[in-house]
Amino acid sequence: MTTPLLTVDNLKTQFFTEDGTVRAVDGISFDVYPGEIVGLVGESGAGKSVATSSILRLVDSPGEIVDGTITFKEKTLFGLEAGPDGEPRPSEEMLTEEEMRKEVRGREIAIIFQDPMESLNPVFTVGGQLREFIELNRDLPTEEAKQEAIDMLREVGIPDPENRYDEYPHQFSGGMRQRVLIAMAIACRPDLIIADEPTTALDVTVEGQILELVAELQEKYDTAFIWVTHDMSVVAEICDRVNVMYLGEIIEQAHVDDLFYNTKHPYTQALLNSIPRPDETIEELDPIKGVMPEAINPPSGCRFHSRCPEAREVCQRVHPEPRDLSANDRPHNAACVKYDVFDVGYDASPPLETDATGGFSAGLTQTESEAEADGGDR
Amino acid sequence: MSTPHGGDPDTEPTQDSTTTAASGAGEVKSRVGLRYTLSQVKRDTTALIGIYIVGFITLVALFAAIDYYIFDYAIAEAIMYDPERDPDEVNRLLPPVGMENQFGSGVLEHPLGTDHRGRDIFTRLVYGTRVAMTVGFMATAIGLVGGTLVGAVSGFYGGWIDDVLQRFTETIYAIPFLVLVIAFMTAFGRNLTFAMIGVGITAIPVFNRLIRSRVVSIREEDYIEAARAAGVKDRHIILRHIIPNSFAPVLVQATLQVGVSILIVAGLSFLGFGAQPPTPSWGQMLSQSRGYMLPAPTFSIWPGLAILFTVIGFNILGDGLQDALDPRINN
Repeated sequence: MTTPLLTVDNLKTQFFTEDGTVRAVDGISFDVYPGEIVGLVGESGAGKSVATSSILRLVDSPGEIVDGTITFKEKTLFGLEAGPDGEPRPSEEMLTEEEMRKEVRGREIAIIFQDPMESLNPVFTVGGQLREFIELNRDLPTEEAKQEAIDMLREVGIPDPENRYDEYPHQFSGGMRQRVLIAMAIACRPDLIIADEPTTALDVTVEGQILELVAELQEKYDTAFIWVTHDMSVVAEICDRVNVMYLGEIIEQAHVDDLFYNTKHPYTQALLNSIPRPDETIEELDPIKGVMPEAINPPSGCRFHSRCPEAREVCQRVHPEPRDLSANDRPHNAACVKYDVFDVGYDASPPLETDATGGFSAGLTQTESEAEADGGDR
Repeated sequence: MSTPHGGDPDTEPTQDSTTTAASGAGEVKSRVGLRYTLSQVKRDTTALIGIYIVGFITLVALFAAIDYYIFDYAIAEAIMYDPERDPDEVNRLLPPVGMENQFGSGVLEHPLGTDHRGRDIFTRLVYGTRVAMTVGFMATAIGLVGGTLVGAVSGFYGGWIDDVLQRFTETIYAIPFLVLVIAFMTAFGRNLTFAMIGVGITAIPVFNRLIRSRVVSIREEDYIEAARAAGVKDRHIILRHIIPNSFAPVLVQATLQVGVSILIVAGLSFLGFGAQPPTPSWGQMLSQSRGYMLPAPTFSIWPGLAILFTVIGFNILGDGLQDALDPRINN
């Protein structure tokens, strides 16, 4: 393939809270090539959304990007260099806030948010918002922008766009609103669209339609996507390559086919096993045991060892960096010491007693903390 | 393409849009905005009475303003009397028509009687409306614009900007407003313009706090995040997204504030700090009638009634708006 459109290298985003430093994104690296759909998968709290807002430099205080480089079409969206006092400071090539706003956000990289119900301003008409967005980012006069907005609405499958142009967001159903947001995202012909769990709030039939629409538009405009989701079936449906995130790290990175048919990391395997299937009863379902630990104080060694069914003693000590375990010509990176390339004595190490390996019984405490974790999406 | 009706029960089914548009021509489309507000107010009898009172006073004030600014009281002189100049023939302190007092009995030419210099009270009441309404609206506008901007910026940015702006408004809040306005007018000049500005400044904290509390919650909405991600300027976000979404309670407060401002400036005029003679204003009429309360009580009753009527009108309208705009009360 050609050169990557977007390169994220060793990105670290941290939140400085009163309880300590939350390492929401802790050194992730991935590429997005022109016209491909890259998945970013993980449980709630894995750092997916923070990673995407970091790309647009939209992380709010107390969060801050502390390390790494983000390059997009030869522009440095984020980069650090050593200052005269040895402290890192933003490098000279890094775009200013003004340049980010004017040149990148909306024009080059657009974002589709999770909740279509909340992403449109309730006091203005849908068409007006779309038109304004086009005016702003494509410098078109009002009349042309309006025509363009109507065309875009038609393109994303809104029936009778001339009349619906003047309606307000509350008059649209969830699926329709998500279509509007997609129209807004592609309206400025960006090279990259970040889709932050765009179908999570929709029911399954609408989800199907939206995925179909995205695939169609993607083919037509050849836009690259970063598709953030926790839904493995969506990944299988739409993505070309997948990054699996756990606790701020990318633990497996592979082509979608390799990921599903030749799963390397136990976490990815566990995610796949967690999908409910019609031919299984609830007892047969095998969800991941336990709750994701706090990113404020991640487990030592491999971060997944506390919930890993294959955890051994060595997993507590050794922190694996992803390595290429590919069996074919496509790179397939995974970070698990059970593979021989890591050579840290996994086989000789005694198994670890955890919830997942069946050492302890999962008691009431776990259920409670699970309930807490359920409320903490985003 | 068929779309399942989403989870939102308020959402109109998409497919029905054409039929509803055809059948219900008067159907309200948006749940926000001016047209929606008006349609809600029309259903509320109390608010409707408020609208009529305010509308009536506004018309009277408009008439007075046009006559004053464009024709220099020519209309007043033609059909009534000049509200400012003392008449040649002196009929002081006449009672309203049909009544009698020690100065004589009421005549039809002066339906509400005359004041201590023989000027027609009715004419002066009518022309006093101009001052009252100008002051009420201008002072409120100053408070509204200032308070909204300060509050929106303060709530949107938070942090030290918020701290500085809020401490500043609290300082204004801490000073008794009458003292503040009188000090302000003593420093800059004793006329109506500075009375309006002074009262407007004291209204800034009211609007500021109101809008800030709304902005703090609206700031976290997804559409604000979406706008930022789309590369929209902060200024644009505040003006186009934050303020319109926080405006309903401000509108109610503004209506009430007009009444309050009228009352304050009438009080200032009574103390000699408002409109200066001979400009007709209600507060000043009250002030002048002080010495004649026993021999000619009607002299002070009329301007008092005018103030009462106007302020009640604005308060009723404000209450009505509040009910009309409160989503918990109506559906």
